[in-house]
Amino acid sequence: MSINVKTFASLADAAGALSSERGARFLGGGTLLMRAVNRADPDVETIVRSTDPSFLHLAVSSGLANRDLAFLHPAARAVGGPAVREAATVGGNLFAPAPYGDFATALLALDASVTLAGGMGQREQPLEEFLGRRDSGASLVTTVTFRRPPGDAFRFLKVTRVHPKGMSVLSIAAQLPLASGRVAGARIAYGAMNRTPVRAKSAERALDGRTLDAAGIAPALAVATDGTAPVDDAIASAWWRNEILPVHLRRLLLGEAQA
Amino acid sequence: MLELRKEIFADERDDNLSEIGQPTQRQDMLGHVTGTSAFYDDHRFAGLLHLKVLRSPHAHARIRSIDDSAAARAPGVKRIIRAVDVPVNLNTLLSLIQFGKDDEPSLASDVVRYKGEPVLGMVATSERAALEALRLVRVAYDPLPAVFDVEEAIKPGAPSVNATYAKNTFEYYGKYDHQNLRFGDVEAGFAQADVVLEDRYQMSPIEHAPTETNGSIAVPDTNGRFIVHTSTQALFFSLDTAAKINAIPSNQLHFIGGTVGGGFGGKVDTMTEPLAVLAARLTGAPVRYRLSRHEEMQFGSPRGGERIYIKDGVMRDGRIVARHVRCYFDSGAYTRLSSYAAVKCAAHIPGPYTIPNVGAEVYCVFTNRTPATAMRGFGVTALDFALECQMDKLAHAIGMDPVEFRILNAYRDGDMKAHRREAKNCALVECAQVAAEKANWPIRDEFRRMSSRSGGGAARTGGADRTRAPAPQAAPAPAAQPQRVTYERPAAPQPASAPAPTPPPRSTQPAPPPPRPSAPATTPGSSHGARRFSSVFGTRRR
Amino acid sequence: MKTPVQFRLNGEDVAAFAEAGANLLDVLRAAIGDLSVKGGCWQGTCGTCTVLIDGVPRLSCMTLAETINGRSVETAAGLRNGADLHPLQNAFMERFAAQCGYCTPGMLMAAKALLDRNPSPSREDVVDALGGNICRCTGYEPIIQAVLDAASGGARRA
Repeated sequence: MSINVKTFASLADAAGALSSERGARFLGGGTLLMRAVNRADPDVETIVRSTDPSFLHLAVSSGLANRDLAFLHPAARAVGGPAVREAATVGGNLFAPAPYGDFATALLALDASVTLAGGMGQREQPLEEFLGRRDSGASLVTTVTFRRPPGDAFRFLKVTRVHPKGMSVLSIAAQLPLASGRVAGARIAYGAMNRTPVRAKSAERALDGRTLDAAGIAPALAVATDGTAPVDDAIASAWWRNEILPVHLRRLLLGEAQA
Repeated sequence: MLELRKEIFADERDDNLSEIGQPTQRQDMLGHVTGTSAFYDDHRFAGLLHLKVLRSPHAHARIRSIDDSAAARAPGVKRIIRAVDVPVNLNTLLSLIQFGKDDEPSLASDVVRYKGEPVLGMVATSERAALEALRLVRVAYDPLPAVFDVEEAIKPGAPSVNATYAKNTFEYYGKYDHQNLRFGDVEAGFAQADVVLEDRYQMSPIEHAPTETNGSIAVPDTNGRFIVHTSTQALFFSLDTAAKINAIPSNQLHFIGGTVGGGFGGKVDTMTEPLAVLAARLTGAPVRYRLSRHEEMQFGSPRGGERIYIKDGVMRDGRIVARHVRCYFDSGAYTRLSSYAAVKCAAHIPGPYTIPNVGAEVYCVFTNRTPATAMRGFGVTALDFALECQMDKLAHAIGMDPVEFRILNAYRDGDMKAHRREAKNCALVECAQVAAEKANWPIRDEFRRMSSRSGGGAARTGGADRTRAPAPQAAPAPAAQPQRVTYERPAAPQPASAPAPTPPPRSTQPAPPPPRPSAPATTPGSSHGARRFSSVFGTRRR
Repeated sequence: MKTPVQFRLNGEDVAAFAEAGANLLDVLRAAIGDLSVKGGCWQGTCGTCTVLIDGVPRLSCMTLAETINGRSVETAAGLRNGADLHPLQNAFMERFAAQCGYCTPGMLMAAKALLDRNPSPSREDVVDALGGNICRCTGYEPIIQAVLDAASGGARRA
C-alpha cells in the first residue's frame, strides 16, 4: 500500500535496485515521477534515489551553462517553466513519454550515444537504439555523448499552444552541416510525432546534397511525414500534427523560425 | 488607465461620485500578497479523513453489480458510502427556487449517464489510501447506447439520457420542451427582405480551470451541527442543497466560504459539499472531499456547448427586418443550470437591435456528456458571439460598414423589443461610436451624430408593415425632454389575477411602466415558506 | 513508513515526519502548517506551489519531501520583514496584480527568484520567469508590471 523509497549513494547500486525492486522507478528531477506518485499510480511502488550529485539539470544557468553547450540552450529553454527546468534532468528527459522529451529530440539530432548502468554493468548504446527499446528493462542513463556540431549547423523549434511554456504539439531538431553550400550529412529528429523522438530518415536522405532554399528543400518536405505515427492527445490530434509538420520543417530549414 | 466619458448622458446623472471611477484597493489584497487569505483548504484538522469517489468509465450504462468487499478491508479505509446511504439521492440545484424537477443523484444507483459520474464514495485516512481502495472495487456495467449530439438527442428513438426528462429536453411550465419567442411575422419578413442569410454556429464546452479545484471540508461541530469550509461561489445554494440531500435542517449546517480560488461559474454546482457532510456524519470525523486537477478538468462541469442557427433578413438600406434563432443548449446528462441558461438566451434574443419580426426556439437538451453549468455570462455570451458574427456577415452581404450597420440597427429608447418591453436607457449607439473612435475606425458623420435617445419608438417600429420603416434619420435634434421611463416597484403585491401586460401605446409620449408580473402568494407546503418571485420565470409553477 | 525531514523554512529550523513518497507541498501545509503555499494541480503544470529551495524556484508538489533535508526553503509567508511588506508584495498591491489570490504566492516566489538573481530584468526576463505560473484571473499583465515596478524600485518597502 504505502510507497517505498530506497536511497543509494552510487548510481550503480541504484541501477541494481531498479531491476530487482517491484514497480521501481528512478527519481531524477521528479517532474514526471512525482506526478504519478501524487495520484497514487499503482505502477509506482518503489522510488529509487541516488545521492550521487552528478545530475545535469535543464536549467541553462546550472549544468548546461558551459559555453560549448550554448547551442542547446534553446532546446533546454523549451522545456517546462523555470521551476521545472531547475528540477528536470537531461537523463530524465530521455525517458519522458510523448508529447514530452523535447531535449531528447535535440540530442537525437546530434547522433548522441548514452551510457547505461544496469544489471549488466555499464554499456554504451546509440541514443536512437536506446529510445527504440527504452520501455523494456530498467536502466539508468549515466552519460550522454555527442560531437559538437559545426558552427551554426544546429537548429531547433518547438510548436506549442501556450507561450512561453507549453507541451509540444511537435518539436523538430536538425543538424545541417554544409559543404560548399550544400547539405552534407543532415540529421533531423522529430518530437511528439511518435511514441519516442525519432529520426526523419526519409527527409534526411532527400536533403543530402541540396541547398537550403525553397527549391532545394522541396523533396524533403514531400516526405516530411514518412515514418511518423503521432497520437491524438489533449494537446493536438494526430491529424493536426501531420498537417503542420511540413510547414514547420520548411520554416526550420529555411531559417525562418527557431526556438 | 481608466477613461470615463462623462459627457455622454451627462444630463441624466449625478456625477458626484465618491467610489465609481476611483481605484479602490481590494479588501482581501493584503491577504493575497501575504498568502494569508484563507481558502477552504487553509484549515488543519486533527484526524482529517479524505473522500474520493469512484467514477463511471462509461457514458451510459446500467450498473449490474458493485462488489466493494475487498475495498472495505483495505488499509486506512474508514467508511464506504454507497448510493443507498444518501438520504435524498435525487436533486436539481434550482429546486431551491422551485425551478425544475429533481433529476441528478449524488451517487448513481442503477444507471450512469456520463463518463465520470460518481458511483461510490471512499473515506480513508489519506487520499492515497482512498484511491488505492477504490481500485479494489469491482463494478459490473452493461453499456447502453449513448447520444452526444444535441440534435440527435431530440430525434425520435434517441437513447433516453435522463430518467426525469425522458425525451431529453427540459420541461418549461410543465409542458413545453423549449423557450419560444414570437414577435411580428418572420416569414413575411424574410419574404420581403432583399437578402436572407442563414448560418450555424457551434460552441465547444469550455472548462473554467480555476487554479484552485473544487473542494470542501465538513467538520463535526458541537450540538450535532457541522461546519463546512467550501470553495463554493454560491454559499446559500451549497448550504441548502447539502441540507436537502442529507435530509437535515439547514440550521444544522454552518457554511464558511469567502475566498474562492477562481470560480467563473465552475463552483456553483455544490459538487462536493453534500457527500462531505454525509461522510462527516457517518464517520464522526472531519472529512475533506477535494477534486484532483484531472477530475476538475475532465469531470467538473463545463460551460455547455451550444448550437445556434441564425437566419436573418436584411434590406439593402441596412435594416434587419427579420431574425430567427434556433438554439440548443447541451446540458449534458443533468439539468444543473442549463435550464436557466436557455431562459437567459431567449431573453437576450435578438441581441441589442430593433428588429420588427423575431422568432426563436431555445432548447435545453440532455446528452450523455459531462453536465454543464454556469460560466461567464452563460446563455448570453455564446449567443452574442453568434449574433455578432452574423452581423458582420450581414454588413458584408449588403456592402455596408459593420459598425455603421450596428449603429443603424441598435435599439433606441422607446423601441419595442421582441419581448414586448420598451427599450430604456439604451447606450449601444454611443458605445459603438466611442469604440470606432478608439479604434480609429472611420464612420460617416450621420452615424457619429446618431443617439440612443432619438429616433426610437413609433418612428421605427410603428405601422402595420414593420418591414417598411423610415430611412436612417439625419442629424436628429436632441430631445427637449429625454424619453426616460421610471421603473417603480409596486407598493403592495398585485392580486394574482392581474391582467397580462399590454404593450404601451405607440406614441412619443413617455409610456407608463408595464405592470410587473404578480407575486404568487405563499403556498402551503413550500419548503422554505418564503414568497417566491421572479420576473425571469414568470408565474410560479407551484 | 514515516521519514524525518529537517530543513530551514524562511530562516527558521523546522522538522516533521513525512510519509514515504510525500511531496514537499503536503509536508509544508499539513505537517509544518505553512498554509501560504497552495496546490493547484499536483502535476507540475500550474506553478501555484512554487517555492524557493536554496534560492532556486522549484515546484513543491513535484519535490519528494525527504530530498529537502538540510536545505533552505522560502515561501510567501517569509516575504515580509515583520510588519514591512517585501517590495514585490507592495508592487502587487499597487498594480492590482491579484484577484482571487490563489496563484499569488507562487507568482511572488517565482518573481523573487528572478529579482534575487537579476535585479534589472527586461520585460522578456519577467515573462520567462513567470512562464511556469498560471493565472486564470488577471490576464498576467498587472503581474508583469508589478514585477517590473518592484525591480525598478517603484514600489518601496512599506
